[in-house]
Amino acid sequence: MLEVRDLACQRGEQLLFSGVSFDVGAGELLWVEGRNGAGKTSLLRILCGLSPAEAGTVRWQGESIRSTRESFCGDSLFLAHSNGLKDDLTIAENLRFHGRLAGIEADAEDIDSALQACGLTERRDLAVRYLSQGQRRRAALARLWLARSRKLWILDEPFAALDAESVERLAARLGAHLEAGGLAVLTTHQEVPLPAGRTRRLLLAH
Amino acid sequence: MWDAFVAVFARDVLQAWRRRADWLTTIFFFVIVVSLFPLGVGPEPALLKTMAPGIVWVAALLAAMLSLPRVFGTDFADGTLEQLVLTPQPLPFLVLAKVLAHWLLTGIPLAVIAPVLGLQFGLEGEPVVVLFVALLLGTPCLSLIGAVGAALTLGVRGGGVLIALLVLPLYIPVLIFGAGAVEATVAGTGAAGHLSLLAAGLLIAIVLIPWAVAAALRIALE
Repeated sequence: MLEVRDLACQRGEQLLFSGVSFDVGAGELLWVEGRNGAGKTSLLRILCGLSPAEAGTVRWQGESIRSTRESFCGDSLFLAHSNGLKDDLTIAENLRFHGRLAGIEADAEDIDSALQACGLTERRDLAVRYLSQGQRRRAALARLWLARSRKLWILDEPFAALDAESVERLAARLGAHLEAGGLAVLTTHQEVPLPAGRTRRLLLAH
Repeated sequence: MWDAFVAVFARDVLQAWRRRADWLTTIFFFVIVVSLFPLGVGPEPALLKTMAPGIVWVAALLAAMLSLPRVFGTDFADGTLEQLVLTPQPLPFLVLAKVLAHWLLTGIPLAVIAPVLGLQFGLEGEPVVVLFVALLLGTPCLSLIGAVGAALTLGVRGGGVLIALLVLPLYIPVLIFGAGAVEATVAGTGAAGHLSLLAAGLLIAIVLIPWAVAAALRIALE
């Protein structure tokens, strides 16, 4: 359970948002909306513990994420706007590295099935720099199929640059994650088929 | 934890192998700078022999510094640094893995090539061995201290020049004791004292610096 109370964020002189409070429970998805520059990415970076908040608290399972950083990082998965892929390594190498870094037990079979789920099996041994934007995004998203044990997903524009088929796949994966009691916070500007009944909206605006 | 350490180290080495040209320039830079001095100063054997330790060390400092922006720069640009910070593993430990990879790719080649370059200056016998040992102890210090500068200048405009201003003054103790070890051997007073101090500095740096780098990286990503 993720509890956020009276969160405020300042960038330079400008107050992006303040007094943001919400709860996300097991099996729930929070869709953060707002125009460009409203502070969606800043909010997500605060939620995953990268940036400190100007004011307010973020609690995970009742504990502040600042004081229990390591266990929180073991429960959460952050997909940033940048894909976090090394241009010179192949997709499979990148994915294997992510798995080992995150402490996820993933053998070659797990990686192959994650790549298959993203439709990247044929490209698995291609260096990332030869991929298109959409393929890169899909390679980054393959982590969602690998990290089954991560309960809280924080996804910044996961649907950007994806084709219709990949959007369907990701929506289905999100649905399965929520079904299994997972939590997700995401931003997107697209109209996407998010799991109905489990989705709540948060509008960031002054 | 060790698995993550090995993963970061192996990835950095693999990445460098795929981009051989990047770090080979560092090593060729070192070779060329050292080789320019005999050409510029003239073929005076006694003069070259006295200058050799200082020249090799200054060139090593500059070469190490040249490679610093790459330590965290590419990770910062492509977003892998965020993933590194957000793992459940202790960040200073992962920083140490990256610094170790940097040392393997720049420090060790410099230490191995330096004795060969020393021959150009008429260094022979024991001073060459001491030069090698001193570089082997000193270059990890250069990588560690340099990592602080690299982390502090992440995302800063004109970071390359700033690294030089930040890091070169901090390299001075390494330069003094590293070059001093070789000079002492040439003078016949023995290098044990200098080498012990270099080793002591290295131990302190290994223990303290990864924490400083980790803190700097977290600030850079805020």
